[in-house]
Amino acid sequence: MTFLGICQIFFFISLILLIAKPLGLYIYNVLEGNNTLFSGILRPSEMLIYRLANIDFCEEMNWLKYTQCVIAFSLVSMLLTYLLLIFQNLLPLNPMHFGLSDAPAYATKMTPDLAFNTAISFTTNTNWQSYAGETTMTYLSQMLALAFHNFVSSATGIAVAIAVIRGFIANRVGTIGNFWTDLTRITIYILLPICIPLALLLVSQGVVQNLNPYLTFTTLDNHNQTLSFGLVASQEAIKNLGTNGGGFFNANSAHPFENPTPLTNLLEMLSIFIIPAALTYTFGKMVKDTRQGVALLTVMTIIFLIGTLVTYHFEAKGNPNFKPYNINYATNQLGDSGGNMEGKELRFGIANSSLFAVVTTDTSCGAVNCLHDCLTPMGGLITLLNIELGEVVFGGTGSGLYGIIVFAVLSVFIAGLMVGRTPEYLGKKIEKKEVKMAMLFILIAAFSILVFTAIASVINFPKDSFWNSFGSGTNNLNNVGPHGFSELLYAFSSCTGNNGSAFAGLSANTPFYNILLGIAMFLGRFFMIIPVLAMAGSLSEKKLVPASIGTFPTYSYLFVILLISVILIVGALTFFPALCLGPIIEEFLMRQGKLF
Amino acid sequence: MIKIFLDSIKLTLVLAIITGLIYPLVITGLANIMFDDKANGSLLYDQNHKVIGSKLIGQAFTSNKYFQGRPSRAGNGYDALLSGGSNLGSTSQKLIEGNKDFDGIKQLAAKYRLVNKIDFTTKIPVEAVTASASGLDPDISYENAMLQAPRIASVRHLSQNKVTDLIELNVQKRELGFIGEPRINVLILNLDLDKLP
Amino acid sequence: MTNENIKKQSKSIYDKKIINRALIDAFIKLNPKTLFKNPVMFVVLIGSIITTIMFFENIVKGYKFENLLFQFQITIWLWFTVLFANFAEAMAEGRGKAQADTLKKNKQATMATRETVRGTTESVLASSLKKGDIVLVKANETIPSDGEVIEGVASVNESAITGESAPVIRESGGDRSAVTGGTTVLSDWLRIKISVDPGQTFIDRMINLVEGANRQKTPNEIALDILLAGLTIVFLLAVATLYPFSIYSYQSCPHKAPDLFSLISLLVCLIPTTIGGLLSAIGIAGMDRVLQYNVLATSGKAVEAAGDVDTLLLDKTGTITLGNRQAVEFVVAPKIAIQDLADAAQLSSLSDETPEGRSIVIYAKNYGIRERELSDKDVTFIPFSAQTRISGVNINNREIRKGATDSIFNYAKHNGFTVPYELEREVTRIAQSGGTPLVVADNISGLLGAIYLKDVVKGGMKERFAQLRSMGIRTIMITGDNPLTAAAIASEAGVDDFLAQATPENKMELIKREQTGGRLVAMTGDGTNDAPALAQADVGVAMNTGTQAAKEAGNMIDLDSNPTKLIEVVEIGKQLLMTRGALTTFSIANDVAKYFAILPAMFGSLYALNANTHGPLWALNIMGLHSAQSAILAAVIFNALIIIVLIPLALKGVTYRAMDAKSLLQRNFLIYGLGGLVAPFPGIWIIDQILVILHLAPIS
Repeated sequence: MTFLGICQIFFFISLILLIAKPLGLYIYNVLEGNNTLFSGILRPSEMLIYRLANIDFCEEMNWLKYTQCVIAFSLVSMLLTYLLLIFQNLLPLNPMHFGLSDAPAYATKMTPDLAFNTAISFTTNTNWQSYAGETTMTYLSQMLALAFHNFVSSATGIAVAIAVIRGFIANRVGTIGNFWTDLTRITIYILLPICIPLALLLVSQGVVQNLNPYLTFTTLDNHNQTLSFGLVASQEAIKNLGTNGGGFFNANSAHPFENPTPLTNLLEMLSIFIIPAALTYTFGKMVKDTRQGVALLTVMTIIFLIGTLVTYHFEAKGNPNFKPYNINYATNQLGDSGGNMEGKELRFGIANSSLFAVVTTDTSCGAVNCLHDCLTPMGGLITLLNIELGEVVFGGTGSGLYGIIVFAVLSVFIAGLMVGRTPEYLGKKIEKKEVKMAMLFILIAAFSILVFTAIASVINFPKDSFWNSFGSGTNNLNNVGPHGFSELLYAFSSCTGNNGSAFAGLSANTPFYNILLGIAMFLGRFFMIIPVLAMAGSLSEKKLVPASIGTFPTYSYLFVILLISVILIVGALTFFPALCLGPIIEEFLMRQGKLF
Repeated sequence: MIKIFLDSIKLTLVLAIITGLIYPLVITGLANIMFDDKANGSLLYDQNHKVIGSKLIGQAFTSNKYFQGRPSRAGNGYDALLSGGSNLGSTSQKLIEGNKDFDGIKQLAAKYRLVNKIDFTTKIPVEAVTASASGLDPDISYENAMLQAPRIASVRHLSQNKVTDLIELNVQKRELGFIGEPRINVLILNLDLDKLP
Repeated sequence: MTNENIKKQSKSIYDKKIINRALIDAFIKLNPKTLFKNPVMFVVLIGSIITTIMFFENIVKGYKFENLLFQFQITIWLWFTVLFANFAEAMAEGRGKAQADTLKKNKQATMATRETVRGTTESVLASSLKKGDIVLVKANETIPSDGEVIEGVASVNESAITGESAPVIRESGGDRSAVTGGTTVLSDWLRIKISVDPGQTFIDRMINLVEGANRQKTPNEIALDILLAGLTIVFLLAVATLYPFSIYSYQSCPHKAPDLFSLISLLVCLIPTTIGGLLSAIGIAGMDRVLQYNVLATSGKAVEAAGDVDTLLLDKTGTITLGNRQAVEFVVAPKIAIQDLADAAQLSSLSDETPEGRSIVIYAKNYGIRERELSDKDVTFIPFSAQTRISGVNINNREIRKGATDSIFNYAKHNGFTVPYELEREVTRIAQSGGTPLVVADNISGLLGAIYLKDVVKGGMKERFAQLRSMGIRTIMITGDNPLTAAAIASEAGVDDFLAQATPENKMELIKREQTGGRLVAMTGDGTNDAPALAQADVGVAMNTGTQAAKEAGNMIDLDSNPTKLIEVVEIGKQLLMTRGALTTFSIANDVAKYFAILPAMFGSLYALNANTHGPLWALNIMGLHSAQSAILAAVIFNALIIIVLIPLALKGVTYRAMDAKSLLQRNFLIYGLGGLVAPFPGIWIIDQILVILHLAPIS
């Protein structure tokens, strides 16, 4: 680790903490329907949207209606994406003729299972990509089928989080808001206004934004190179801001056209964290006690810093297996560029790559600026663990907040009894139903990650079979030994956690993986949203208990410690045995010099 | 329930048009007005106005007269249509020791020493033998460039000082003094090299 | 109830008889049907059955002795885990059962004298009495069933229920007419109308309660059960998937995958067996603790709710004040000597046997006035009447009168005297400072002065209320006094608020107002007119001396009829919840250490260079346990023994301290959270050492 590296990490998190409050306040005002900076222009557009879509914007929904709307909207938009992808060859903005008879040799076929996987992936805010963008997707698919989802899946997440908060503040009301207006407002008041300047800033640094066909030319040293283009900046902005993470190109944010300079890198990381961080302030504001939001933000910041510093430490220490070849494989204090540079871009170096890896897995983003598969075992462990903790450290837009609220509810329930009262969180008694829903939330994650990984690690198919042409499930791995297991575990963790990043060595574009991972994404999204909304519904019907000196204080430093412990114990202990067989044993083996 | 689905369809279409068509096209328009060069790939041209590359995308340099970039696992090296990296873990035998179709760290280091005539006692910068994530990394480190300088000087019959001066000139510092890493763009360095008398 | 009594009962936690019985019950409770209700222990039971079957299978297969020894021990300790949990529950039920046995024995033998329609009497079994029957109970007979006294007055020994040997008076009419079956008439006789059907009597209900026969899980217990079941499934997934995972892992090294014994051991150690095993014991013990205070809770829910109470409604009389006003000052009218006032006050009170009257007689002694016996000839006592609100005495021609201010003022005016302004002012002062003025006058000098009768606040109440406040509980004093008096006493006693001139209606209104604000309310009551309020309150404690209606409306009955106990009940409720939380936290925190014992044991050989060395994961064995077998055994044994170790804590409850939530949390979090994290490390280490010393597990 170098001094400058650590400075950059703290500089980044300081910026986040600085912007969180004003943005959180803005989001609060938007969702309360108050007038804001852009209301003059945006209010008429909002009304126009309601008129066009014939939406009753005054309706107050109970949890069931709200959930039905979330699911219906997701299914309809998923279907739209599926259709757009399947028929992308017939649609315009296809300069490279993908799917047509004169398609270039490198083009990948859009199969139904790939379209299914991709449609689920973008609807669920996962953005797991079994494909490489530049060789598979037409420009229209990228913008209309995928970028559109980057907006609405993110907005859906935020809407659900807000609905959950409304459940806490409602005093025997039974309603938790209106999904249509939440969705619309979040999209046009929050996401679009940030994306427009963000996209232009990215272009100013070199991120491409055009509709040009790919360009083939002879390089300086007489090789052929073909550059792929597209509407990258506009997509890049929302990809990060909405914690979606689906790259325009295969290399995602490591690709110089997506992330050309350290400045764009900083911008991208900031845009990943900023909404989840701001939402904690919105939360505090909505429950009329900003200390509550600060407590959550503190928990997030602490776990984030631990994760980042551990990752950075191990990445900087490098891979001792390089030692026999007299390579400068470890960073030393002089700051020369040592460390585990396999799969990392030089312009980002060890510090910014480690930071990005943690940022993208703390949230449900999944954009990558380095190859997670190439991280050192401990670096990989942190990214895996971040996802398996439920992505509650900042987390996805909205999903991070409702995730950490679920953990807060559990913490309050487990330890809150120790103050001698039926546990309460934010003035609502935590009883049977809340605990049931919270446990369901934890259970589904554990089930999907562990059981699906178990299936994939033992399942056998004949070679060249339809389901998996590689043969048995583990033949798709790019690595053998413990690291191969990590690849599998990461894939199902990432999809269940709706992260979308990968230990990308796994060749997942086969019907077996596309479908199983698709199911994991589906479970990880909707079977999380339904319980939390049900919890919100149950809470909204309860009366508010005023806080007294006998109430469990959920803003104290003690609560912060408690919440961290519960996240680590409940989250990490579930996966600790599995992690032992992956990254943990690999770390020991790497030190012994064992290769696979 | 039917009403909910109808509402969903209508809202999906409206929002898809706003965020999936209007937004990216407006950005494209603005970007091409404001940052024409950058929006179209920061392309570089030769004297005949023919494209010879993008400032941002690394290229394969196999001739000895050019500075060489980092190893690339994008296709057969710097294939911009197959951006990506090795995806090999720290305990991968393939990554470290390679195999008959694949140069591992071992072979890459040996080749680097051979080409640049470096003996075993000199440490090689790690980025010179590792592949980037995109396979399109346009940059190398200062140390890497300096180790290649003697070779360039000898192939091009230049004084070593001239080459190292050029390297010094091409060092791109950290942004704002502390963000990112110092680096040298190989393509631009090589173009400058070609411009030397 | 006396302190001695409490001691006598709590000693019986470790009663030999109870332990013996619990030991037998622990086995009876192995019935899968019963265990199914406890998902955590059910999983352990299934695990024990599987290992048992496999153990015998392996004997047949002729496994090596050292492997069989290991498998035998694992199996045995898994069974012990279940048995220990059963034992904990049986222990908690033990005292209740013992008590129920005594109650049942008394009940069976009782005979009753029932009046027939024809006016004759017949002797029948008490258990055959129906609602509406009329029975006659004479001295030294046991009252056969619950009922209402319709004729007679008698002293009754209720020690069978309350443990209090001092007899109480029961008489027809009023608030002292209810009698309970199983109590004994000491003197005189009673005619009783039976008010319940067989099996519904107080004693029956009590037997059911103490036996825990139809004990229902409380809402919080159910929620906790869900949490524990959820965690059990999560860990089941974590352990079950380990097998396929390890199949993959063992592909690249020659060792075999972990066997079922290790996997089941890991599972049992990870699932929250500690709290799972003790949860129901904690609940039963909580109700039992309430019972030790001679309070019968009709449900565990009520005890739990007591812990949540935000507002306590306390009756002034008997709870906050001693219940009888005492003379503390004589205020003379102008030109009257204090001796004359004292003398008159005493004379008028000589026949007054109320506590107030006695206190006047005694207070007068301070002025050198001796108590006298007056001969009947010259003296006529005028008893207090509610109409005139005056009492007094006529001695020869002198009429001394004392009574309520207005009445005596009128009396004086009637006799042609004026009311001095000074006296009027003094009387107002007394009323304002929370006292009751009693004015004294005679027909010779007119108004003599006033007696200051004061409500005396019980000692220590102020501190008690301050404690409650620090726990976030508000106390509201309920009194029939006027607002002025009430305010004065309220401030003296240190309550947060008061309700003056309380009527059943405004009491009800107050409860509802508090509840609308989201607060939980507890109150005590005894009269029939308290019944609606008792029913409305979240915790309603009815006095046993109270009416049947009140007893039915409340969810607790205080057998000693001591309203102050409401505070203790609240504390027990809190203690119950705290114990649950503490053990849950402890149980979950324990898991960390167990991982560091079992995982290296299970995967210690993975990727080992050869069969004689450990693989890399053995490095996780940070406790330095001897061998894989000793490590797994030590973890399983620790896991079982910790249940036994914590039984006393579960039965007695965690130490309760009145402090605010923040300090309480800090304290308990340190003890049970951090303690739970750290304690198993040395615990498992010691067991590992012992196992190796005893040659029960291999040394490496």
